Amino acid sequence: MKKFAAILLFVFATPLAAQDGGVVVPPIAADDDEPGGLQVTVTDESAWQDLGIAIPAFATNANVPTSANTDGTAALGRELARVITADLQNNGLFRPVGPDSLPRPEYPEITAPRWSSWQARSAEMLVHGYVRAAGDGQLTVGCYLYDISLRSELVREGWVVQPSEWRRAAHKCADLVYSRLSGESPFFDSKIAYIAETGPKDKRVKRLAIMDSDGANHRFITNGQSTALTPRYSPDYKSLVYLSYVNGNPRIYVYDIGTGQQRLVSESTNPTFAPRWSPDGKWILYSMAVGGNTDIYRVSAQGGSSERLTDTPGIDVGGSYSPDGRRIVFESDRSGSQQIYIMNADGTGQRRISFFGGRAATPEWSPRGDQIAFTHISGNFRIAVMSPDGGGLRHLTNSWQDEAPTWAPNGRIIQFFRNERNSGNASLWQVDLTGSNERRLPTPVGASDPAWGPVLP
Amino acid sequence: MHRRISAVALVAAIALAGCAKKDAPADLPPQPDNIGNPTPTPGGASNVPVPGSNADFLAQMNGRNVIYFDTDKYDIDATDQAALRAQAEWLQRYPGKRASIEGHADERGTRDYNLALGERRANSAKNYLVSLGIDAGRLNVVSHGKERPVALGSNEQAWAQNRRAATITID
Repeated sequence: MKKFAAILLFVFATPLAAQDGGVVVPPIAADDDEPGGLQVTVTDESAWQDLGIAIPAFATNANVPTSANTDGTAALGRELARVITADLQNNGLFRPVGPDSLPRPEYPEITAPRWSSWQARSAEMLVHGYVRAAGDGQLTVGCYLYDISLRSELVREGWVVQPSEWRRAAHKCADLVYSRLSGESPFFDSKIAYIAETGPKDKRVKRLAIMDSDGANHRFITNGQSTALTPRYSPDYKSLVYLSYVNGNPRIYVYDIGTGQQRLVSESTNPTFAPRWSPDGKWILYSMAVGGNTDIYRVSAQGGSSERLTDTPGIDVGGSYSPDGRRIVFESDRSGSQQIYIMNADGTGQRRISFFGGRAATPEWSPRGDQIAFTHISGNFRIAVMSPDGGGLRHLTNSWQDEAPTWAPNGRIIQFFRNERNSGNASLWQVDLTGSNERRLPTPVGASDPAWGPVLP
Repeated sequence: MHRRISAVALVAAIALAGCAKKDAPADLPPQPDNIGNPTPTPGGASNVPVPGSNADFLAQMNGRNVIYFDTDKYDIDATDQAALRAQAEWLQRYPGKRASIEGHADERGTRDYNLALGERRANSAKNYLVSLGIDAGRLNVVSHGKERPVALGSNEQAWAQNRRAATITID
């Protein structure tokens, strides 16, 4: 990955202020140790959806050929704006208007916008940008966010990318706009691993696949001859850990994305499944079933012998690290039904935290550390969150069978898969932590087991 | 086919040898079905599976190679016991044969837990076969979780058919 260089990072410290008829954007409350879990204090949701953002095409100093676009850098400028518009639109927080409905600014306007003409439109924010191609093909992309009423610049940043990575520059710009306006951490410049599904219910073909957070740059990793399940990106994005039936029995492999080689995580011939990474990428957790009893083990990401972390006669499965790597939340039926437990990273101090009705499964610790997402089974399978002490249970979805939530890198959006009754067809969905803006993530074929990697540096 | 023909010949030879008895032997194997047809290729194209093969096992078991479970359960009930006894008898007859027991769960569970539950069910079947005298080294346990349903509906009847442990022998 090319190193990104920031060009003149200039940030306005004051929050947006109300002008006559302007929009007040209150900041999102910080997460103090509220026992009830996250309190989001955006009191007027309509204020968000009214925040119009104009994103015209990016300008270029010279329309030259680039391998990033067959029609040159001018056309690339339009594509950059389209990607940014789609990112901010799918997010449901803003009302972005993209380059296809807007006049195209000239290169000098990027740093000196035509305020009067933009003020005549119904947008409060304006994104301008430029793209320049260097002799060696590298692209420089600059991104500026302006407040139209104040006629002032809020933030700017720039990046140097290889032409094949042009979409990443667009995602970086969308992240800049999103985090500046919402106060949240960025997440658009990231990738998703998942399982692509085709075929009838009793002969489902399941392939490992990866894609950008907006579904672009989709790639199949396995060919479907053996079932692949439950992938996870390594924190450095260099590998994937996943489950494969290539040997007939479920075994866990670390797949190196660069070389295409893979190796076994455990030499044991017992069924092994549910692989997870530690946040620092040094450890892999997995579950192994021996003689009717499943326990959670830890092995170094480099390989070697495994260390057993749980040893009750029940099924102990899964495991998700807290972001500081000190604790693990996991699932166990030692009490008689699936419930959620927390332990220290070395296996000590195991205690149950789920004490509401029904069963609780597939717990995942938020990258912000303040929430645990899980599948709540009480009749239907619903995506739910709670605080790490087990309080503040909130349901985010309400369908027949939603399962296996994982977090966006900023800890504010949850991704899961939804099963359809009878057909068993699966699809990927996202929902905000507030429970709103539930939306489908488009994939080429059916999809399950989504896992979100961190923000790319 | 060859075995059958030779068995007929053998019984006939014994019948002739045992001259004291005038009666025909009590048990004669049935005539081959394809009298008058060309001799079929060995072990292959005809209607009868080769004894000791997995096809023979499945034919003999007639459905009893699969045992079923209640939701979240992995215990062997009376019906399961009868089925496993039949499986054990066949395995005793062919002591060189190994078997793989595949455990499954219905779709109304999460993926990882169902992989563990499938292993639990296959393991229960294996333990019972071992208690009937089958050497544990002959039995391999596999879990398919909820990935390989046989019944496709989303209702109780379908789920009941999918909560199973199926034994297959290895040719």
